[in-house]
Amino acid sequence: MAERGGRGTSSGGDSSLDKSITLPPDEIFRNLENAKCFAIDIGGSLTKLAYYSTVQHKVARVRSFDHSGKSQEKDHHSNMPSPYEIQFQRDHSCDVHFIKFENTYIKPGVVPTIQRPIERRKDVMTCLIKGCNFVLKNIPHEVFAYQKDSDTEFRFQTNHPNIFPYLLVNIGSGVSIVKVETGDKFEWIGGSSIGGGTFWGLGALLTKTKKFDELLQLASKGQHTNVDMLVKDVYGGAYQTLGLSGNLIASSFGKSATADKEFSKDDMAKSLLHMISNDIGQLACLYAKLHNLHKIYFGGFFIRGHPVTMRTITYSINFFSKGEVQALFLRHEGYLGAIGAFLKGAEQDNPNEYSWGENYAGSSGLMSPSPDLCPMQRARSGTFDMFEMDRLERPLVNLPLLKDPSTYIPDTVDLTDDAMARKYWLTCFEEALDGVVKRAMASQPDSIDAAERAEKFRQKYWNKLQTLRQQPFAYGTLTVRSLLDTREHCLNEFSFPDPYSKVKQKENGIALKCFPSVIESLDSLGWEERQFALVKGLLAGNVFDWGAKARPWLEDSYSEWIQRLKEGPPHKCALIFADNSGIDIILGVFPFVRELLSRGSEVILACNSGPALNDVTYSESLIVTERIAAMDPIIQSALMEERLLLVQTGSSSPCLDLSRLDKGLALLVRERKTDLVIIEGMGRAIHTNYYAALQCESLKLAVIKNSWLADRLGGKIFSVIFKYEVPLK
Amino acid sequence: MCGVFFFLLVFPWFGLDIGGTLVKLVYFEPKDITAEEEEEEVENLKSIRKYLTSNVAYGSTGIRDVHLELKDLTLCGRKGNLHFIRFPTHDMPAFIQMGSEKHFSSLHTTLCATGGGAYKFEQDFRTVGDLQLCKLDELDCLIKGVLYIDSVGFNGDSECYYFENPTDSEKCQKLPFNLENPYPLLLVNIGSGVSILAVYSKDNYKRVTGTSFGNMMSKEKRESVSKEDLARATLITITNNIGSIARMCALNENINRVVFVGNFLRINTISMRLLAYALDYWSKGQLKALFLEHEGYFGAVGAFLELLNSA
Repeated sequence: MAERGGRGTSSGGDSSLDKSITLPPDEIFRNLENAKCFAIDIGGSLTKLAYYSTVQHKVARVRSFDHSGKSQEKDHHSNMPSPYEIQFQRDHSCDVHFIKFENTYIKPGVVPTIQRPIERRKDVMTCLIKGCNFVLKNIPHEVFAYQKDSDTEFRFQTNHPNIFPYLLVNIGSGVSIVKVETGDKFEWIGGSSIGGGTFWGLGALLTKTKKFDELLQLASKGQHTNVDMLVKDVYGGAYQTLGLSGNLIASSFGKSATADKEFSKDDMAKSLLHMISNDIGQLACLYAKLHNLHKIYFGGFFIRGHPVTMRTITYSINFFSKGEVQALFLRHEGYLGAIGAFLKGAEQDNPNEYSWGENYAGSSGLMSPSPDLCPMQRARSGTFDMFEMDRLERPLVNLPLLKDPSTYIPDTVDLTDDAMARKYWLTCFEEALDGVVKRAMASQPDSIDAAERAEKFRQKYWNKLQTLRQQPFAYGTLTVRSLLDTREHCLNEFSFPDPYSKVKQKENGIALKCFPSVIESLDSLGWEERQFALVKGLLAGNVFDWGAKARPWLEDSYSEWIQRLKEGPPHKCALIFADNSGIDIILGVFPFVRELLSRGSEVILACNSGPALNDVTYSESLIVTERIAAMDPIIQSALMEERLLLVQTGSSSPCLDLSRLDKGLALLVRERKTDLVIIEGMGRAIHTNYYAALQCESLKLAVIKNSWLADRLGGKIFSVIFKYEVPLK
Repeated sequence: MCGVFFFLLVFPWFGLDIGGTLVKLVYFEPKDITAEEEEEEVENLKSIRKYLTSNVAYGSTGIRDVHLELKDLTLCGRKGNLHFIRFPTHDMPAFIQMGSEKHFSSLHTTLCATGGGAYKFEQDFRTVGDLQLCKLDELDCLIKGVLYIDSVGFNGDSECYYFENPTDSEKCQKLPFNLENPYPLLLVNIGSGVSILAVYSKDNYKRVTGTSFGNMMSKEKRESVSKEDLARATLITITNNIGSIARMCALNENINRVVFVGNFLRINTISMRLLAYALDYWSKGQLKALFLEHEGYFGAVGAFLELLNSA
């Protein structure tokens, strides 16, 4: 992994690719050496390459010592025995890489040198639809609506559990209109010869500009009203009886027929763009209406992220459908064919059985192809565009307790929308970067290249942050969660799988030592006092310097919670999403779990599958629980009787997306008739899920450790959130 | 329609449709003028009549479509011929100026006009020509015009026709179509832009959609491709496009007769045959494309009929 990008690049090696393709350094074609399956889609102007590779990467594994105490290592500073050992091992996971580049990079004779082109150009439409279904199902924030005059031009959509039926309008040289009803059932229902090729061709004739992108640039500067005949040119104003506005185009290019003058290239390009977009929009609406469809996804090179074309198409759909049909676009539109071809080729690996996640580190994100909109972006990554997906070990599903999965949005603040918040958080992450780099280096003191990798990580994440400053929409809706996740992906890319492993190990050790005395003191309290102490423990666990915060808290439904405990029957089963290692899980969560178990409730304790910050991982939780059980008969017997169950969330994020959880967790939640969900910590209860509505009772607890956020919520730093919610009957 | 008060309707009788590109004018020339009438006819009126009926071209751009002239019509008790005249909309100011110079306003006639220009030029008519326009809705006029002309026929022949074997230039035949029971029909008017109407009865119709993508024209062409090829490619592209949108509208409205009108079709057999073919082919024979001899004049005819109606 350390030599990623070393091979297959222009820097050398014996690859015959070198002779013909000049690859940018480092990033493109990573993991190519392990690739086991290729798909290639050579289009008229773009080549799309997909490869599936098993990636070797470092993981931090925790292993319980045998309790004979023989080999227990001592912590360097505190001279305290570690609760478990950490081993860095090599593991492999599956990634799919997609690369798009302009055909100028391919010269004759190159393609055959790729030795296993198991997929050639497959049936184009089948691949397109397969790819489309795949991204709609797997990639969060894949779909967006384009809004012209809003601060956030990109309005990302929540992934709807049911993606069918929809209309796919592919605008390539011509237009194809396809109705998709299920994963296997689609039908070509219409088309038109007036498409991207028409714009390009007529545009070239009219303006003598041969390049598509340049035509679009001309169009974005032009005034179509100089060329088009408008309703007001015919009527002198609006056409009132029909309710047609005076600015509506009555006849495209209508003015040029009679006016005896030269027209500017910009104006003609703009008029042509309007003409073609309106035409396609009108046709698409008629088809949508005829087949009773309300969602149209647009793709093809005419769209491909070009703001001007998305704008005119959206306008046209809104106009002709009177708002009944929605024009939608896809972030990875350009990859659909390649993804579909790849899926067909990789069928023996059952790619559809797995869940997939976008790897933010390995993906270039949605870029505006218009050079004047983002000159920096353009210069930096040339014409290569990458999209990497990680195959997740286990399938992800909705939490069955979500009130309405189709409207659930995990994130509390949309930073694409909220410019102030965006500025704050981007700066915040920039300022924290030094600390993260140091922490990463410190986590691998024995590695020779740790400093070098940490520096590469810094560069990469810094660049991502700069990209997001310019194009907040690059990876879907920008949120604190996506910023955190991107950082984790970048750390992983440079083999820092778990920078906090040592810190967590140490803190778990300390907390385990304190556990018996904490339990003893809790057990000595009366019922009411104990409940308060338990809640404080949960809250205090995720902050170091939390003093006794006087109630009422910033968000305070503690009394309702106590009343519920006093008057109601014990909960059938509680699902708890744990937060940090150490004090939080051991002295905060476990005493609380113990109390619930004592009341006769069952408990499902859900921890992250993979590491993120100092959050407790599933494998750590197994060891910690084992150690606690050895000290506490209540936990011990609950484990034995399966009244306390440990599960993994399927996530490696410091935040929580309740629409993408491990299938095993969801099954268990249903099976045990879970009626209480407890979410704790800033990442899970404030940055995400603060407004999440559930079908059962829920507790959301956190201490706000950030003064800006506290201020936003109307409080001061270290304000307490205690949100007990009961769904409306 | 004019009752006993027909004599109140003074000549000249005009109907005007001022479109985005062309002005269409229909003029009724009375053929039953008595000697007494002729005597009384003011000089202005006479000169207008003579000017319009004795010329086939007016200025450098005005044209009378002689082949479309409808002979021996009886309207409001008067017998006469209906003339069809067109000129570019950009000559409208000159037309108004001429009206002013010839003291048209002294004739005390009502000028019934439809089309966008009826609104746009209303002010000019009033200030320059001292004329009050009677503005009429263009879709109303269009439908009335179509129904009327079809009912009177084309000098004994059928106004409405269709093409059989439209793709085969040997076998292609233009055949009359009986539009006696016209409803429901889809009326596609291709002028500067395109309007599509679903017509269920004389007064019951709706505008289904419109498009700006009609009679597109552009000046500049590249040298390396022949002008002929480009013109033909453009024509075919636009025609197919209109056909496709018309077909979708017909499907959505569940109507199987589609009547194409508008000046886009004037001396444009290529487009008509293509529309006929495309509609038939893509609908598997379910849809029929129909055409009318007077193509672009129905709005003007409708306006003219309103004039008679007003009396």
